[in-house]
Amino acid sequence: MVHAFLIHTLRAPHAEDTGLCRVLYSCVFGSEKSPDDPRPHGAERDRLLRKEQILAVARQVESMCRLQLQASGRPPMDLQPQSSDEPVPLHEAPRGAFRLAAGDPFQEPRTVVWLGVLSLGFALVLDTHDNLLLAEGTLRLLARLLVDHLRLLAPGANLLLRADRIEGILTRFLPHGQLLFLNDQFIQGLEKEFSAAWPR
Amino acid sequence: MFTVGAESLLQQAREIQAEELGKFCSRICKLLREDDLGPDAVDCLRRLFLIVSATKYNRRLDKTCVDLLQATLCLPACPEPLQVLCAAILREMSPSDSLTLSCNHTQNTRQLSLVASVLLAQGDRREEVNMVAQHILRALESRQPEGPSLRHLLPVMSKVVGLSPGALQEDQTTLLSKRLIDWLRYASVQQGLPHSGGFFSTARARQPGPITEVDGAVATDFFTVLSMGHHFTEDQWLNVQAFSMLRAWLLHSGPEGPGAPDSDDKSELEGSTLSVISATSTAGRLLPPRERLREVAFEYCQRLIEQSTRRALRKGDSDLQKACLVEAVLVLDVLCRQDLSFLYRTLSCLKALHGRLSGDPACVRVLLPLARFFLTHGEAAAVDSEAVYQHLFTRVPAELFHSPMLAFEFVQFCRDNLHLFGRNLSILTLSFPNLFKFLAWNSPALTAEFVALLPVLVDATTAVEILHALLDLPCLTAALDLQLRSLPALSERPLWDTSLRSPSCLEAFRDPQFQGLFQHLLRPKASGTTERLAPLHQLLQPMASCARVAQCSEAVPTLLHAYFAAVTQVASGALTDQLVLVLLERSDSLYRVPQFEARVHRVLSSQFLALCKLKPSLVVELARHLLEFLGSVSGVHSRASMVTSVVWAVGEYLSVTYDRRCTVEQINKFFEALEALLFEVTQSRPSATLPKCPPQVVTVLMTTLTKLASRSQDLIPRVSLLLSKMRTLAQSPAASSPHGEEGAEAIHTRATELLNLLKMPSVAQFVLTPSAEVGSPRYHRDVNMALPLALRTVSRLVEKEASLLPG
Repeated sequence: MVHAFLIHTLRAPHAEDTGLCRVLYSCVFGSEKSPDDPRPHGAERDRLLRKEQILAVARQVESMCRLQLQASGRPPMDLQPQSSDEPVPLHEAPRGAFRLAAGDPFQEPRTVVWLGVLSLGFALVLDTHDNLLLAEGTLRLLARLLVDHLRLLAPGANLLLRADRIEGILTRFLPHGQLLFLNDQFIQGLEKEFSAAWPR
Repeated sequence: MFTVGAESLLQQAREIQAEELGKFCSRICKLLREDDLGPDAVDCLRRLFLIVSATKYNRRLDKTCVDLLQATLCLPACPEPLQVLCAAILREMSPSDSLTLSCNHTQNTRQLSLVASVLLAQGDRREEVNMVAQHILRALESRQPEGPSLRHLLPVMSKVVGLSPGALQEDQTTLLSKRLIDWLRYASVQQGLPHSGGFFSTARARQPGPITEVDGAVATDFFTVLSMGHHFTEDQWLNVQAFSMLRAWLLHSGPEGPGAPDSDDKSELEGSTLSVISATSTAGRLLPPRERLREVAFEYCQRLIEQSTRRALRKGDSDLQKACLVEAVLVLDVLCRQDLSFLYRTLSCLKALHGRLSGDPACVRVLLPLARFFLTHGEAAAVDSEAVYQHLFTRVPAELFHSPMLAFEFVQFCRDNLHLFGRNLSILTLSFPNLFKFLAWNSPALTAEFVALLPVLVDATTAVEILHALLDLPCLTAALDLQLRSLPALSERPLWDTSLRSPSCLEAFRDPQFQGLFQHLLRPKASGTTERLAPLHQLLQPMASCARVAQCSEAVPTLLHAYFAAVTQVASGALTDQLVLVLLERSDSLYRVPQFEARVHRVLSSQFLALCKLKPSLVVELARHLLEFLGSVSGVHSRASMVTSVVWAVGEYLSVTYDRRCTVEQINKFFEALEALLFEVTQSRPSATLPKCPPQVVTVLMTTLTKLASRSQDLIPRVSLLLSKMRTLAQSPAASSPHGEEGAEAIHTRATELLNLLKMPSVAQFVLTPSAEVGSPRYHRDVNMALPLALRTVSRLVEKEASLLPG
């Protein structure tokens, strides 16, 4: 089961350290059991912890992506779109997976699967025994849907104020973090449903 | 591109003040109270979501606002964007103590699902998970004909079971199992109707056809996730979801799961005998639900495996087929673990599958769960698992090391299944060269994994070879790069670093003269021999600036530390000796990646000291080799830390207290060698090619010489002469350039202290060669500091005494 999905910024590999890695969107599906915390601000602390866990994942994904791009000698402009007409070649986008040990930062050991598209990082935080092939496929699907329906290739695109669309896509394609075995026809059906509720 | 715009927006959202936020909330309240919830409301809620989610600290929203959000979420007719935003905002604020949301107020299953997402994010402080579970079950049990779509509920159920396995009672589990059976096995095989039938569409036009397979043929059996149609019915949707959660559900409701009945073993045995008897009978409805579900799951997996032989028309479906294969194998593994009677039926099918897939590089990732299956059940089924591993460990890493996902999965497979290898562990350990290929190519992602894996790989037979391999890891990266360049391209985009061109290296790779060395470097299995790869280090020099090689070289120190931590557990005396020799030899035979040598030297020198501490007698045993090492002067400048450690170790451990075989002759020999070294070091002038020698080398040489002299006292005059020369040299202006002012100062001070100490030979012996009882209660744990302290104390005493003496 997916524990969390996040989208964050990816800075180009050779850029100077301008600014920090920002989490642009994150969704945690259900939460880890909160430790028994009778202190008055326990809830706030939990939320803080959750946010920081997500940020830790984002930072690690960013550095993994940066290292992978450097290692394969791809130019930093690779992360920028060439034009708004070309479909984004997702099967060649930088991607990878790594494991997070227990306690660092989640209570249980988890696996992170990530994908880098258009200077955005997409990541899924999974349980360690999840079907990675399915997770990879789902992540690619989500990235494609988000790029299409949020028109991320258009100039001046942003996704910070489009959370409703992101949520709409997630509730259909990754409901409550459940990875679904969707064939192309099912995907088309769901996309139609989504477009009906969110006309362009 | 996104950073600039996003940055300013995020900043605005974070910096909004409480007062402004309060005004914004009241505006939202006003909008939400209106009957007609238009785009303004959606827009405001989008902004509110950003404000709440942009900061990791809590945002206090007005209670009325929060209440309205909760109410809007549960309105009977509310456009989806609004609902979804309300839920998202409430979820982003979680965990929150002020939530009054409850499943009771929801009007339909979609709302129930959204409310559940908020409740499940509360961290189960008030038993929210149980509450949600009960509501979902109730909704699932209600069988209304045009009832609310159950599609939204199954994923919640799956999440609930994952978060809190004890949330469901035994009978509830059974009930849900029954429904899962229905959805998995008896979903409709006709295509669904399109939603918008319209008033004028005729009955004929709405006649759906049968579902098809991935290759377009009409479906031959029951509906699965690999069945196609233009529109799908409700139960077909539920089929997809049911299979998606099947494995987790089987584990939950299995005998190991918490939902198991009390009389575990007995009912399990009975159940399995029943299923053996009814294995071939299709009237399986006699089985209790749990066993029936397993039977249905088994049939489903078999059908998926059959469906995966078809050639999919679309690439997406082809990818899905592979994911389905992996899942099918995983589910079959669970089934066989829960009920052995499945094993005999599964084996033939999976063996055939393995045979079909082993030749296909596109399906290599399915081989891993297959291998795990054979590892787990191999013994019970008398399967020749060796053949499976041979292919997996010999060919796969060598050909596909460049795929980051496969590399990760392969290494995880090794890590997670160590307990299953049993007697066959040597297959894993002897394949370390192949496994290192994954590491060399994907070092950032896999370093941590290998740090955990090294203790398993390192044993008495492989230890030395692994040390060489780790020291040559960046070289391996370069060689793999060349290998990829010289093979026909596997994909459109080249897998190697295209910004780096090195025709000379490519030529060298193809040169028959170096074939042997390259083959040794790229060998798939441990060979038990070591080859000197120094020629390759030179040949591959142009590639040392390649980013991938540099990344690999950064990982090596960490791996070396992990290696030594592991090897000291298994090292016998002889092995320790061998390792020290490797350290000495390799310290000047490393691939010259920028900063790599310096970092490795640091590790090697500290590990050398650790090994000496473990086995002090090795200094005497390996005296000849150490002398040789100290005799090669040109190495001093490039491996100063190594030299310092060796010299220090000689001073510390070359005495009869550590090894009775230590002779005066040996001490004298070392003395001469060190004396010569000191001369060389101090006479040579730093130039462009020779970096300056750090003053530590000089001081440690002086100290060690003094220590040796204190053990063989006829050397004392020689040492005193040497020390006074050094003192003079340190004072001269010429000394400050090679060593810096502080360095020169340190040398001078140390020389003085040592000279003073030597004036009292018995004290010198006591200070410089303390016996064990004296040595242990030190005030400073750090050995390197205790001696200077002693020296300084004695110096002061001597100087005081000298000043008190008359004349």
